[in-house]
Amino acid sequence: MCTSIVEIVRAQGAGKGESGWFDLTQAVVSYDHPHHALLEEAITIDFMNEALGPSARVAVELTLQSARELSGALVRAIAAAEREESERRRGSQQA
Amino acid sequence: MPYEGMIAETISIKGHNNEPISAYVARPLGAGPYPGMVLIHHAPGWDEWYFETTRKFAHHGYAAISHNLYHRAGEGKADDVAAKVRASGGVPDEQVIGDTEGAVAWLRAQPWLNGKVGLLGTCSGGRQTFLFACRSKSIDCAVDLWGGRVVMSKEELTPKQPVAPIEYTKDLSCPLLGLFGNEDRAPTPEQVDQQEAELKRHGKQYEFHRYDGAGHGFFYYDRPMYRIEQALDGWKKVFGFLEKHLAA
Repeated sequence: MCTSIVEIVRAQGAGKGESGWFDLTQAVVSYDHPHHALLEEAITIDFMNEALGPSARVAVELTLQSARELSGALVRAIAAAEREESERRRGSQQA
Repeated sequence: MPYEGMIAETISIKGHNNEPISAYVARPLGAGPYPGMVLIHHAPGWDEWYFETTRKFAHHGYAAISHNLYHRAGEGKADDVAAKVRASGGVPDEQVIGDTEGAVAWLRAQPWLNGKVGLLGTCSGGRQTFLFACRSKSIDCAVDLWGGRVVMSKEELTPKQPVAPIEYTKDLSCPLLGLFGNEDRAPTPEQVDQQEAELKRHGKQYEFHRYDGAGHGFFYYDRPMYRIEQALDGWKKVFGFLEKHLAA
């Protein structure tokens, strides 16, 4: 935990933690020593609600390769979702 | 076999600005006198490794206290609390110094203390140990275990960490022991060189030991970075150093 690699973005949506679903306020992406995964460093992603206390957290610890693949999957899924949204908007304008 | 026993418990102490913070204390049963040790936990939090290490010091005849630098982030599992602290940019250096001063003062007020107090920290706690040893005159020796970011670039400075600890080297108030892995990237061997050069320049009393085949956190027996030979030798160095500087 001696790196300073931390990226924080606001997040809207919901996450499922130990005590069930909660509203998200932010997502934190860092590269540092993980707590659980047997890796020296990991990309850690925390989906959190800072107003609800420390346990309002959904956490993953990924290898760099898994994080790259996840990042690619997000980009592809978002691009496909945006195409679909734009077609839907065109359809509703023509109707 | 001589009788052996210890007491280990959580307590509340006065931290920075007299705010209450939690702490874990372990000491041998008996009247003492015992040398004192304050342990500054690492960035992963006030966790099981620190509770175990506090008891390890008690097993070796020290009265040890590990205070919770993340107390203000709320109750929770150590990893959840640490994640919350990371998301808020870490804890301010001034607050760490105030909290640690509180732990030292608590130990110094106990009737079973031999009058000597040492300080030890790992990872970010190693950095904070060095910082405290420079900013305070209340301890008798300090052990910095692979503290990263003692050397900081201007870009790394933040309102919470406004000054690189290396800048305070001239004020180091007690003997310092440092253990480092040559494969570490925070601190890198070059940064350890810089810290050592600064200690030499100011004529400070220090011992640095650097281990080949080890990186960061090589004492952590529950993590893949554990290196048994280097860790066993490192613990010998730690206890040898403390014996020299904390005997009454």
